[in-house]
Amino acid sequence: MRDRFKHFLRAMLPVTGTLLLAGCSDGVLDPKGPIGLAERSLIWTATWLMLLVVVPVIGMTIWFAWTYRASNKAARYEPNWDHSRRVEAVVWAVPCVIIAFLAVITWTSTHELDPYRPIESDVPPVQVQVVSLDWKWLFIYPELGIATVNEMAMPTNVPVQFQITSGSVMNAFFIPRLGSMIYSMAGMTTKLALLSSEDGVYDGMSSHYSGAGFSGMKFKVHSTDQAGFEAWVARVRASRDSLDMASYESLARPSENNPVAYYGQVTPSIFGAILHHSAPGMLMHPPMAANPAAPALPHAAGHDGHAMQAADAGTQDGHAHHGHAHRGHKE
Amino acid sequence: MLGKLTLEAVPYHEPIIMIALAGVGLIGLAIAAWITRAGRWGWLWKDWLTSVDHKNIGIMYIILALVMLLRGFADALMMRAQLALATGGAPGYLPPHHYDQIFTAHGVIMIFFVAMPFIVGLMNLVVPLQIGARDVAFPMLNNLSFWLTVSGALLLNISLGIGEFAKTGWLAFPPLSGLQYSPDVGVDYYIWALQISGVGTTLAGVNMIATILQMRAPGMTMFRMPIFAWTSLCSNMLIVAAFPVLAATLAMLAADRYLDFHFFTNDGGGNAMMYVNLIWIWGHPEVYILILPIFGVFSEIVSTFSTKRLFGYVALVWATVCITVLSFVVWLHHFFTMGSGANVNAFFGITTMLISIPTGVKVFNWLFTMYRGRVRMETPVMWTIGFIITFVIGGMTGVLLAVPGANFVLHNSLFLVAHFHNVIIGGVLFGCFAALTYWFPKATGIKLDEMWGKRAFWCWLVGFYLAFMPLYVLGFLGMTRRMNHSDNPLWTPYLYVALLGALVIAAGIACQLIQFYVSIRDREANRDLTGDPWGGRTLEWAIASPAPFYNFAETPNVRDIDAYWDMKEQGLSPKTHDFEPIHMPNNSATGLVTGAIATVFGFALVWHIWWLAAVTLLGIIATPIIHSFTAGNGYEVSPDTIERMEREHMARVKHAHRAESELVGA
Repeated sequence: MRDRFKHFLRAMLPVTGTLLLAGCSDGVLDPKGPIGLAERSLIWTATWLMLLVVVPVIGMTIWFAWTYRASNKAARYEPNWDHSRRVEAVVWAVPCVIIAFLAVITWTSTHELDPYRPIESDVPPVQVQVVSLDWKWLFIYPELGIATVNEMAMPTNVPVQFQITSGSVMNAFFIPRLGSMIYSMAGMTTKLALLSSEDGVYDGMSSHYSGAGFSGMKFKVHSTDQAGFEAWVARVRASRDSLDMASYESLARPSENNPVAYYGQVTPSIFGAILHHSAPGMLMHPPMAANPAAPALPHAAGHDGHAMQAADAGTQDGHAHHGHAHRGHKE
Repeated sequence: MLGKLTLEAVPYHEPIIMIALAGVGLIGLAIAAWITRAGRWGWLWKDWLTSVDHKNIGIMYIILALVMLLRGFADALMMRAQLALATGGAPGYLPPHHYDQIFTAHGVIMIFFVAMPFIVGLMNLVVPLQIGARDVAFPMLNNLSFWLTVSGALLLNISLGIGEFAKTGWLAFPPLSGLQYSPDVGVDYYIWALQISGVGTTLAGVNMIATILQMRAPGMTMFRMPIFAWTSLCSNMLIVAAFPVLAATLAMLAADRYLDFHFFTNDGGGNAMMYVNLIWIWGHPEVYILILPIFGVFSEIVSTFSTKRLFGYVALVWATVCITVLSFVVWLHHFFTMGSGANVNAFFGITTMLISIPTGVKVFNWLFTMYRGRVRMETPVMWTIGFIITFVIGGMTGVLLAVPGANFVLHNSLFLVAHFHNVIIGGVLFGCFAALTYWFPKATGIKLDEMWGKRAFWCWLVGFYLAFMPLYVLGFLGMTRRMNHSDNPLWTPYLYVALLGALVIAAGIACQLIQFYVSIRDREANRDLTGDPWGGRTLEWAIASPAPFYNFAETPNVRDIDAYWDMKEQGLSPKTHDFEPIHMPNNSATGLVTGAIATVFGFALVWHIWWLAAVTLLGIIATPIIHSFTAGNGYEVSPDTIERMEREHMARVKHAHRAESELVGA
């Protein structure tokens, strides 16, 4: 208790101003990749633009309230002055101009920072499939045939293309120091492209509340050079565990603060199977059993309205069918 | 017979809940004992519970809001304490099972049962007086609306002692709120509490629109309406347009949970994203439902206390209308990170920013109302200045969140939490408190104590900044909302400061309670004898305080926006004889009875007690039908009574003026 109190005092010592500055040394204001950097600069640009009007307004509030206080009989008093075209023109024009600037910035930056937009690079991206579960993260590297729980690695300066879904409720996949987050939703895939430009270990988490074990839904991201990444892959591959529908099913059962786990082998296209059968209880007939050559997932081709990828490879018409062809005969 | 309900549903093993329940029980008993001792049951029943007087209903709405504010704030304190204790890997004292209910209840209570009843109560109390009406268009319906709101609040509070509340967050997104992931009764309490109170709110909206459009005093054209009446009109338009969406959304969620439908489930073709769209199509207009009337409040206060006409009335009206329309085309900004295309995200980002233009215009109009005025620094003005400064900061962070690229790293973080508290506390709540101080004399005949009011203001202001500025920083540091515990040492000091802020706000609330006590204790000294304690400009100040039950002895004629100021300028003195009889509606227990049955109906549905649900549903339908056969045609107030009451008022005014001139003379 005394320790806690001491801790409290120590925490209280720096004034709020220093605390505010300290805020810049970690998290989304200290990004380690181009997406995060662009987002930080966007935050600053937008903030400065808005301060152009916010600071004068705060100043005018205090100035007017003080100058025209009732006790100041020297101030000019015009009780019937309630209209001025000049003032009206200015008070409409100033916000309009600022919002016009912001709107242009918004339009271009939203397209540039679209989470789905692949990051341009000379090297081909690493593909990672992400499944949020109650309450842990499953990472599948389809090209490498490995999978991990609550830990992932990425080679520095190589783009990573994430394909994200959920095995249960909604979550949001977020690595604050690399940039954008995106929701994970059962029966749908979302996509995200990130790149780490500096070696390091970054925190990842769910940033959408998902139930009792939500706070423990954290993972570490190891960004290393190619050699380090390959060593990590080898370590995972050395695991004798394999991720198939049976082990997925047991992994998918709710658990909190899951330890890191490695799967040296992964059933091909398991991500598609998870997408089709996200709801527990629906796993009785995995598509692999019915159709071993389950088609690979349709990748998002277009852009607009790409929120809902039809999970069912059989429906090409773009409607939000959710691949319950296999669900018709649940027992 | 009792559905899913068993004795197990009572959380005996939770000491915090049991202590809270015991406390509520004791307070309830004490109040009942006090009423019995004072012999006030008849008065309570006749003048309040069954009253159809819009002023009494408005006051009851506000009392409901204040009571629920205490509960919602207790939740807030518990959350801040948990987060300050549960750092560095410590679990804190609230396990997720309890903590998750608390943050859900906090959000639901603060929006649905504090902000909403406060706003609806203010509109009820003030709008008919401002437009020179005798009552709202449908007085009995008004009473029913109130009791349905109470019914929802009751259901929510019952969940504390019988069963549990939702653990889903205040908007109960599926699939988490679906039967598969939330099989308990919590979400059912959520659904029925909001469904029942939502019906009440919708009816209140219809009532208020009819009142404002149909019952204005002669001469009061739309563009001579006081600005608060205008903003109330727009707010109620939003209620009527948006609340049915909420009702439909909740009905679909209920169908998923009760009837094995698949609107929002993972399987069976459901799509949870559709719920998110629908709930925000209600949810975004909802925040404007709350803030628009408050913009009206601040406009009235700035003008009154600057002793000056409101600057740019027409611009303010059009700005309000712009916001009303725009509020329906921005909902997607609540989920930019759900994978919409860049065109869609950019569109909704820009429409959101557009709202800041009319809002900015309003702020400038308030500033230019003070400009060349005589600003009296009384409590309502302090709230106003605190509001302007705080609200523009909240507006700025809001626009930042509306930029999709920035939102991609700030969404769902504590930055977001800080933002909406910044506009809801700094905007809506400060406005409610300003309005409470401003119209308290009109409602009760007593002015609130100025010193305790100022203390409350400073505690709230300082407490707000201490509690929420650290949350902005925590958002930048990557802390997400609704976490139960944390282990990032960088976050810890900010969490401590935030708790300190919550404690300062607690001191502010304590000051407000003391303010009520002191003001009522010293009521003789605080009495408003003139009916016009602030140098008012609009019609509500033309009559006695507290307003007589018939409002206006004679319907006034309006020539100006500041109708009462205009009358004072003309030197018109109120009429004291030759009154016409006034027709008034009868009291009615129908609303109270329907509300009570609705509560049982909701409870029966929560616990799957089907026979009881069927019986009570019949009761809900039957009660208003029976009312329509038994309701009287109202009664007439005789000219003698009116003359007596008006003469008494004039005598008090004379007395007050004499006292004042003696004071000046001395």
